[in-house]
Amino acid sequence: MRQDVDIRQQEGELTGLAEAIMRQAKRLGAAAAEVSVSEDIGLTVKVRKGELETLEFHADRSFGIAVYDGQRKGAASTSDSSEGAIEETVARALGIARHTQDDPCHGLADAGLMAARLPDLDLFHPAPLDTDAALAAALACEAQGFATDRRIVNSEGAEAARSQSCVVYGNSHGFMGAASTTSHSLSCVLIAEDGNGMQRDYWYTTHRNPAALEAPEAVGRTAAERTAARLSPRKVATGSCPVLFSPQAARSLAGHVIGALSGGAQYRKASFLLDALDAEVASPHLHLIEQPLLPGRLGSASFDGDGVATAEKAFIDAGAVRSYMLSAYSGRRLGLPTTGNAGGVHNLLLTGRTKAFKALLKDMGRGLYVTDLMGTGVNGVTGDYSQGAAGFWVEGGELAYPVHEATIASNLKDMLRQVAAVGDDPDERGNIITPSVLIETMTVAGGGASS
Amino acid sequence: MSALISEAERTLLEPAGLSRQDAERALGRLVGTGADLGELFLQHRVSESWALEDGIVKDGAFSLDRGLGARALSGERTGAAYAEDIRPEGLAHAVEAARSITRAGGERQVRALASTEAAPVHDQGNPIAALGERAKVALLERADQAARRMDNRVQQVNVRLSLNFETMLVMATDGAWAADARPLVRLDVSVIVAEGQRRERGFAGGGGRRSLLSFSHEWPEDLAEEAVRCALVNLDAVDAPAGPMPVVLAPGWPGVLLHEAVGHGLEGDFNRKGSSAFANRIGEQVASAHCTVIDDGTLPNRRGSLTVDDEGTPTEPTVLIENGILKGYMQDKLNARLTGAAATGNGRRQSYAHQPMPRMTNTFMQPGDADPAEIIAACPKGVYAVNFGGGQVDITSGRFVFSATEAYLIENGKVTRPIRGATLIGNGPEVMTRVSMVGNDLSLDPGVGVCGKDGQSVPVGVGQPTLLVDEITIGGTAA
Repeated sequence: MRQDVDIRQQEGELTGLAEAIMRQAKRLGAAAAEVSVSEDIGLTVKVRKGELETLEFHADRSFGIAVYDGQRKGAASTSDSSEGAIEETVARALGIARHTQDDPCHGLADAGLMAARLPDLDLFHPAPLDTDAALAAALACEAQGFATDRRIVNSEGAEAARSQSCVVYGNSHGFMGAASTTSHSLSCVLIAEDGNGMQRDYWYTTHRNPAALEAPEAVGRTAAERTAARLSPRKVATGSCPVLFSPQAARSLAGHVIGALSGGAQYRKASFLLDALDAEVASPHLHLIEQPLLPGRLGSASFDGDGVATAEKAFIDAGAVRSYMLSAYSGRRLGLPTTGNAGGVHNLLLTGRTKAFKALLKDMGRGLYVTDLMGTGVNGVTGDYSQGAAGFWVEGGELAYPVHEATIASNLKDMLRQVAAVGDDPDERGNIITPSVLIETMTVAGGGASS
Repeated sequence: MSALISEAERTLLEPAGLSRQDAERALGRLVGTGADLGELFLQHRVSESWALEDGIVKDGAFSLDRGLGARALSGERTGAAYAEDIRPEGLAHAVEAARSITRAGGERQVRALASTEAAPVHDQGNPIAALGERAKVALLERADQAARRMDNRVQQVNVRLSLNFETMLVMATDGAWAADARPLVRLDVSVIVAEGQRRERGFAGGGGRRSLLSFSHEWPEDLAEEAVRCALVNLDAVDAPAGPMPVVLAPGWPGVLLHEAVGHGLEGDFNRKGSSAFANRIGEQVASAHCTVIDDGTLPNRRGSLTVDDEGTPTEPTVLIENGILKGYMQDKLNARLTGAAATGNGRRQSYAHQPMPRMTNTFMQPGDADPAEIIAACPKGVYAVNFGGGQVDITSGRFVFSATEAYLIENGKVTRPIRGATLIGNGPEVMTRVSMVGNDLSLDPGVGVCGKDGQSVPVGVGQPTLLVDEITIGGTAA
């Protein structure tokens, strides 16, 4: 099956729908309103052991509205865009606003902050929703996985997906913005086995532009190499040592930090970096920056969830906090201007004193290289950090053997100050882009014998 | 035909101008290409939530979602398509896309639909309509006031009330024809306390598939006091130990151990594919003889309970492990058919826009005969873990973690100082063989569990009695 779709052709219709919803809100008595309408069309093809397993099509349209009745707010959303449902949804939002209480911080962002320009960020690269092409890519990917290592004995499958989406946001300042994006991805999950049991791992590629995806064979090969490398893992002895986070594992570290700098965590006093503006909280070589307008990236956007123009900024510059991550609401709560981050961050990059991966291993000498984190053991209020970990033991500055069933523990405040260096290997496959990160010391626990 | 089915048809088919005959014709078309099973799933879901912060209810939200999912199963293949609007064109389009998994063909006569008559295991009313807005807002305010009244170290109180009501209708070419009306309510209280430079958080929540009116009169106050208690305990917490040691797990919510250590590994899809550490081990000893583990979707009004699953199969108590011996897996229709097993009522989907797969309902361990006090006394040095944040498992290696948010040291057989939150890590099949004592105090969690798998979230329940695990690795900082 092949469908030539271009969701940009829906932008006009979705904008018209957003305008109709705004008119409805006004007619029913809303003093101010904001609305978002989104449509997403896509295809997923999954193969397993050389056979087509799943073919899935989706086409979703939904809208959400927030209305303000004085300083009271109500919100409602629906996936039903019939006239009756629009009417009911808007009425429900207003009904809720009658029962919430006044909050002087509620309301739209200031009119003057609305994004004036919506530059083309190179986020739309459509390809036909073609099941045969997706099937061929998934089959080639998984086949290469099996061919790479004879210990790859099983598979959870390879999956090729492509989708197009269009999001329209408007508010009663008269702002109306539309953003159409495409997403293409290919992933593969493999299982390897030897005399000591089974291990799984995966690899994936994803990009807005299909031409920039890794080749299917490369994805399959990397998935196989990563999976086979985990076979016959050992347990580590309990003690303290340097810990090197892989770029994928380090992504969560940057996530914890930006979470702690978010306006919500600050005004709720639920942050381990509470009131840290201008304080030195990290190694002096570390930077945490946002680049929302990078062309072609997964997190790129020219306006935020309030319609405010996004802007490049440093949250942490040379180890010191220079900005919180704020929306119009959380900014008002803290007496600060919005930073254009309603709905979150757009392309967050962690950088620092950079070394090649091999040099990082040499620097740590003996310790744990973590490629996989498990669990929910991070306390955002205190910074207490305790996670399950798997990866490789490093001995004499080189990878020695795979490790599993370990935990790593410390406190994020200490970890940030103990970043010795970062790798030259940032993983650009997401909204949070991190390289390898070397932490000077953490407590590692495991059931292994001490050496 | 059950009243539930007529009601669901009135909600889901009639407004779209669709008749049962239209749906049956669509099913015929779904399997016209020779598929083994065609299925239509229609869903209408309304949700309402209220959030309190700084002593006032400042946010409220309503959502209405309707849609249909069409599925064609052929051997190990699945074709699926979703439409967010229930209309004749949406149905036709979804059917054509789903049946493209098998190529060419026309229409086929399908088995006559036979309605499933299962006795409801939970309340059937819409919880949103059960109480006026003012009364709902008052529940949140009561929780806030109770938390602030309890201790002057309470700095922040956040309360959230979530109410859901789902009407589903499923019909399939194997004759399945079932409907359900599913309420789901939940009240959460989280607090921040501070003393000097130290800040801590505490959380308590509860709910189930039941009316808001069925909870105890003091429900909001009880949750608030529990949240404050947890936070205050942690103000005094010392560093957690690091390394392998004995752990006593409190009854109830710590049953998340079972969910991670054995539950996911016993889902039928992983075992058909041979990707679980428990694959091909039925009849083998996979846990100590003290352990009998059951998944039961029929427990009255629990968060994980369902009268019928999302494929229309009535739920049942499914014995997974009996006296340590692996007895069976949890199955949906696809995996049951492919492995010659019976469907167990575990076919669940997050929504019409997701495919069903084998999922847990309420998973718990049967009580043993030990007095909980004896279990703690039997542990000279270790950790007593009372509350957990959540867990995760790698079903292939069996490796799992769960993260304690309230735990204490056990010293000389006595519970002593609270310790900071720590992650516990182990291997499911290994840890279960190290369960050496099981208490007589089975209890179920208060109703806050959410289980994620393949990007789909569904509400679940867990439970267990007090347990002693002889050795598990604790991820603290005090080496």
